This record gives sequence, structure tokens and C-alpha cells, in this order.
Amino acid sequence: MTNPVSLKNIRAGSGGVPLTQKRESLWGDAFRRLLRNRAAVIGGSIIIILILVAVFADQIAIMHYAKQNLVANNSAPEWVLKVFSTMRPYAQVNNDYPLGADYAGRDLFSRIVYGARISLTVAFIGPIISLIIGVIYGSISGFFGGRVDNIMMRIVDILYAFPQLLFIILMLAFFRSTFAKPDPGTFTYTMSQLDSRLGGMLFIFIGIGVTAWETMARLTRGQVLATREKEFVEAARTIGSSDLRIMFRHILPNIIGPLVVAETLAIPGYISTEAFLSFIGLGVNPPTPSWGSMISDGSAVIRTYPNQAVFPALALAITMFAFNFLGDGLRDALDPRLRGTQ
Amino acid sequence: MNQPLLQTVGLKKYYKVKAGELHAVDNINLSIQESQTLGVVGESGCGKTTLGRTILRLVPATSGQILFRGENILEYSGKQMHEMRRNMQIVFQDPYSSINPRMTVYNIIAEPIRSSGTRLEKQNMDKRVRKLMDTVGLASRLIKAYPHELDGGRRQRIGVARALALNPKFIVCDEPVSSLDVSIQAQILNLLMDLQDEYGLTYMFITHDLSVVKHISDNIAVMYLGECVEHGPKDQIFANPLHPYSQALLSAIPVPSLAARSRKPYLIKGEVSSPINPKPGCRFAPRCPHVKPICTQGELELKEVTPNHFVRCTLYGSEKP
Repeated sequence: MTNPVSLKNIRAGSGGVPLTQKRESLWGDAFRRLLRNRAAVIGGSIIIILILVAVFADQIAIMHYAKQNLVANNSAPEWVLKVFSTMRPYAQVNNDYPLGADYAGRDLFSRIVYGARISLTVAFIGPIISLIIGVIYGSISGFFGGRVDNIMMRIVDILYAFPQLLFIILMLAFFRSTFAKPDPGTFTYTMSQLDSRLGGMLFIFIGIGVTAWETMARLTRGQVLATREKEFVEAARTIGSSDLRIMFRHILPNIIGPLVVAETLAIPGYISTEAFLSFIGLGVNPPTPSWGSMISDGSAVIRTYPNQAVFPALALAITMFAFNFLGDGLRDALDPRLRGTQ
Repeated sequence: MNQPLLQTVGLKKYYKVKAGELHAVDNINLSIQESQTLGVVGESGCGKTTLGRTILRLVPATSGQILFRGENILEYSGKQMHEMRRNMQIVFQDPYSSINPRMTVYNIIAEPIRSSGTRLEKQNMDKRVRKLMDTVGLASRLIKAYPHELDGGRRQRIGVARALALNPKFIVCDEPVSSLDVSIQAQILNLLMDLQDEYGLTYMFITHDLSVVKHISDNIAVMYLGECVEHGPKDQIFANPLHPYSQALLSAIPVPSLAARSRKPYLIKGEVSSPINPKPGCRFAPRCPHVKPICTQGELELKEVTPNHFVRCTLYGSEKP
């Protein structure tokens, strides 16, 4: 049975153009542009592979990351010895370890696989923390403007002027000593339990969180200021939208693009911060492997066993490149006018 | 005379700037009868737009009263104003920046209804949006379209539909056609006039385009540097402009006739003086060809020269030469 109403609607369409033509939303359009960008697709694919590696680390790793085999310490397989020929006088050949073993005879490959977990966790938690704090702070500042804006932004300026890494290092040192031996049942005890449950990552998140939101707050504030003056925001006021509604339905959707791009481009920074903290020994608790701590261990023996530093460093570099490529691609896709600019 | 739908009494909007006070809207007394159109004309920067936004309380007024059906809406609380907003809407000049590029046509038109706190079932909302789209002449297949897919005329129709969504009594049209092609201009103007006939809407039509204002208005107010220098019925103003500024403004309309070739243009000399800390007296005085010493002494009042035709000029009224 035909439906007369729908038939009428079809005829009402402009001469013969199929009405079921697929509509592209702005996001759909951006996604298509992203797929055309080869570097972004490669970056995205690498990130997806890394996520899979991190999730299925238990299946991919050939042995547990903390399993020591002191007989095989500093051993390397044949192909590694070929690549790094200077290692030959020092290393014993052991083809059980695809990338070699470290000073305690732990498999480098497995440790790199597990290390992806730390780096990727930081890569996702870091943006979430800084987005939540930064966007809320920046929106309030930009939306209300005037004196509120002035005071809030001066606070950010002050925090910004403080060297970020030094700040994180001091804070981590403080946390680690404060939460070292707390009494059971106290807040500090809960915190330190949580921290050790997360392999020492909780304080890294806090450290990244307290510094990374400042950039986001500034960016959000600027975007909100610019968007707030648009006529459609005024129109929203005329139709009686509340401040919250204007913020969330009219302003935020219009500025989310630049925020996502900035955050994606900031991810390599978070990863390298974590790696740096682990490198100087303030990162995750051993024996949890982190690329930073592996590079730190490897760098001590870089002349004799370069593979112990080079492979985790490669993993770190590839990951950071991947996020950078994806971020660049996102920026081009979301705002084609910015293509090729920095 | 019955009570006007909207009336302003001594409405002022001053901005504080470094050099002093910028008189954007100064002492405006206007009234608009229900179902009529008041055209507000004047050159760029004369405060037309600010006047429109002040009346809608989009910018806070410095002093004065805005009476909607006799009630001063400047004294309304936030909640009362929220209710009042249903009655007063605006159509913006630029259809590109006045609609949210991240919303579909459906959401843009449904947004006023949602914001007003009215809860509608999905089906009813759907019906309402389709009805509004039909009213303003938008094909219903565009319901899921995004603004960037549409041309200026269609976007402006969305703007009109959005303004109509809450069944307002009064709409400020802030140069709604000046960024459109001439052919589209006519479409939108006719749409606005049809809607006025159908729903008894009252318009305040802000424009610098005199042919548009002639087409659509019942009454006209001429603004110069924040002041209303002349207002009255359209026919009288066009046939017999009294204020020297109105005369100059109207003489700028091109006349499509060969005989008009020899017509000498009535040009005014000089530049618009600054609206910051204006000197007392007539603000047009520095450029006026009929300027007299009395023009710059003391404030001038709007005088009713002929019935309903007011002018702020020393040439008329008691000191008539």
C-alpha cells in the first residue's frame, strides 16, 4: 500500500533530485577530509595499533615484564648484534629475546609492549584532565568577561610563569615523601593505595593535570570571547536561552574543533613529560615498565648495549610522531583555512 | 488614540569611552501601534542598531523607559523578562553570522521553543517546526540541513522562522535584507509583509535603504547621531521632509527618470561629528545649510508641526521665520 503523504513529499522535492541524498554534517565532512590526509591516516593507524597492543599486552608479550633471568642478562639476538656490531664483544647471543634482554635479564620486547600501556594512559588521561579543568575555567573567564576574566587570567599568568617541569618534579617529590608511609584509614593512605594500584601513575596524572590545563584555559577563553560576540549568541539571548544553555549549545560546539586539535597536538607533550619523569626516577614504580624508565636504564649502558635504549626510544618517538601527524591532520580537516600554517 | 504596542520614553544608551561618553542612543521617544511598521532610517553609526538592541534589552539602557503595552520592561526581573522575550524577537542583518553553524535547521528553529521552557513531544515539535518552515517558505526537505549548505536568502528565512517560533507580537528587523541580493531582498520583504498581514505582527524596521523603508513602513523615524530628528507618517515624510537632514537623505534616492537628470543633488558638507560628548543644541548644526546661532543654544525639543509629524529643528514651530 502506498503512503500518499510520503509520495506527496517526494514530489515536493526540487525537480527529480533524489531526496534521500546523504547529508554531510560538519563533522562528517571533516572526517572525510581527515581520511584524505595520508600522514593523518598513518598516524591514526599507528595509534590504533598501539591501543590494541596496550589492551592485549598480556597476549602479545612473550613473557611477563618483570620475569628475570639473570643468566640471560644483557643478551641479544643475532640480528640485533648485526645491526649494532659494536655490541658483539660484550653481549651473549640468545635468540629467545626478540629485541634482547636488559641488565636483569628481562625481555625488552615484552617491556616495550607493557610500556605502551603507561604512555597511552597518559596520552588519554592527560587531555581529559586538562580539557575538563581548562575548558570550564576558560569558559567562565571568557563568558563573563570583565573583572572576573581579568582576575582569572592573571592567576593563569602567574602559574604559567612558573617552570612547569620544575613544578611537577617538586610536587611529585612532595607527594612521594608525604604518601610514603601513611597510617591506614587516612586520606593519604587511600591516595597512596590508589597510586600503587595504578603503578604510580596517579601522581603523574595529578602532576600533568595541574600544569596542562593552563594552556587550554587560555585557548578556551580566547575562543569563547570571539564566539560570544557572534550574532547567533545574541539571537540565543533573544529567544530566552539561559547562560548555561548558550554556553553548552551555542558556544562550545563552535569552539570544540580548535580545542580538540590543540589537545591532540599537546598529547606528545604529555607522553614526553611522563617519559621524562620516569627517566629521572620520579615516574611509575618499578618494575612496571615505562618507556622513559627503560630509556633511563638503557642510557647507562648505551655504549655497550645500545639496543636497550634505542628500542624504547624508537617506540616513544613513533608514538609521538603518530599523535603529531593525527593532530596536524585534524587541524587541517576541522579548519581548512589553516592548512599549511603552524 | 489607542495605547501603542511599544513606546520608548526618553530612552538613552550611553557608552563610556576613554574620551568621555558616547551618546549612541539619546533621548528617543517613539511609539509603534499594533500591526504597524516603524521604519528607522539613518546613516551608518547613527545608533539605529543600538536602539533596536536596547529595546530588546540585549544591551542595558542607560535611562528612560521602554513600555510594552504600557508596562516598563526595563523594570522587569530576569524571570519576567524571560517571559517577555516571547513577545519580542529580532531578525538580524547578517544571515551568515546570526545562525549557529553547528545546528541543523530543525534545531535552530526548535531552539526558541525549547529555551522558553515549553516541553513538546517529539512529534508535536516536529509538526511545529515543519509548520514554521512552511510559513517562511523553506522546503521541508531542508529540515536536516546545516546552514553552510544554504544560500543567504534561505538562511534569512531560517532567521525569520526562528523569530516567529514563539509567536511574538513585536519583531525588530535589523537591516534584514541589506546583505542579500536585490531579488532575494524583495522575497524576504514580501515574506515579512505577508507575515504581518497574517499574524498582525508589529515591526520596527531598521535600515539605511530608503526604498526598502518606503516599501514596508507605516511610520518613519529619521535618526542622526543617536537622536531622532524627525518622525511621522511615511507619506508625509517622503512628500514633505522637514528636517534639513531628512531632506538631504531623501534627495539621495535615485529617481529613475530622464527629467531628473537636471535635478541638482542636495549635498551636505562636512563629516558626521563625533557622538562622544556632543555639544548642546542641534547635532546636525555643523553641517546644516540653514544654521543659525540659536541652533547651538540649549536642547531642542521634537515639535509637532503637522499632526503626528514631529521634527527637531529650529526652523519650525514657535520661532518660525
